[in-house]
Amino acid sequence: MISLSLAPTATWYLILAAVLFAIGTLGVLVRRNPLVMFMCIELMLNAVNLSFVTLARELNDINGQTIVFFVMVVAAAEVVVGLGIIVSIMRNRAALTTDDLAELKG
Amino acid sequence: MEFFVFVCAALMILLGAIGVIVRKHPVHAALSLVLTLFGIAVLFVAQEAHFLAAVQVIVYAGAIVVLFLFVIMLLGVDRVENLRTEPLTAQRPLAIIASLGLLGVLVAAIVNGNGILNERGSGINLPDLQNGSDANTVQLAESIFSQYVVAFEVTSVLLVIAVVGTVLLTRKAKLGAK
Repeated sequence: MISLSLAPTATWYLILAAVLFAIGTLGVLVRRNPLVMFMCIELMLNAVNLSFVTLARELNDINGQTIVFFVMVVAAAEVVVGLGIIVSIMRNRAALTTDDLAELKG
Repeated sequence: MEFFVFVCAALMILLGAIGVIVRKHPVHAALSLVLTLFGIAVLFVAQEAHFLAAVQVIVYAGAIVVLFLFVIMLLGVDRVENLRTEPLTAQRPLAIIASLGLLGVLVAAIVNGNGILNERGSGINLPDLQNGSDANTVQLAESIFSQYVVAFEVTSVLLVIAVVGTVLLTRKAKLGAK
């Protein structure tokens, strides 16, 4: 099914994106530092962007690149808000991991 | 040639991604993230998405990673995290199984849809170097500023809301003092 010629086809790019997405998922599940978890979410977003661009080329549709542009804008806004939340939670304590965030516990 | 570029960029991406999740020091993880983002930008160029490659380098590798490093320094959480101990029992094997299962599902879907991909078009118009115009940027601009112009304007509202919200979240709250 997968051709083994030396020109990388869209399938190669998509499988690379899938591997990157799985690594990002593993990082979010395993790591305890909220900043590193955020970086892993960025990895997953980039994997999706890569597959969007691949499919845009393969299906001859520029809208795949347009949505990558919007994903980048929203990712920038998301990072700003997320890091703001992390700063406001962690400024007054020495908490290093997400295990220490138990404010809502009764 | 494209094969060589693909292999180099894939190595950059995978080494950087593995570096993000295994490095103990958050600063090292952020620098590994830069490697991954540059690899993605290289693959964008290899797939004729020139404008997005430039935006990737400027916004992600520039702004977002600098923001991460800034917050790491600001919070002083640049201490080494102990990755040896496992806080929850059997969490790591379960996480590895879950992500491998996700990878298997994704790869199965991609291989399954391989035939459909090859039936469709042959690619976006290549840049016309003779006339000195960049077809990719022109096409992207036409798409954003005609079909998706409302969404484009709404993203500006989103960015303003994000900036104002972050200022409200992070300033030292003395609402009753003044």
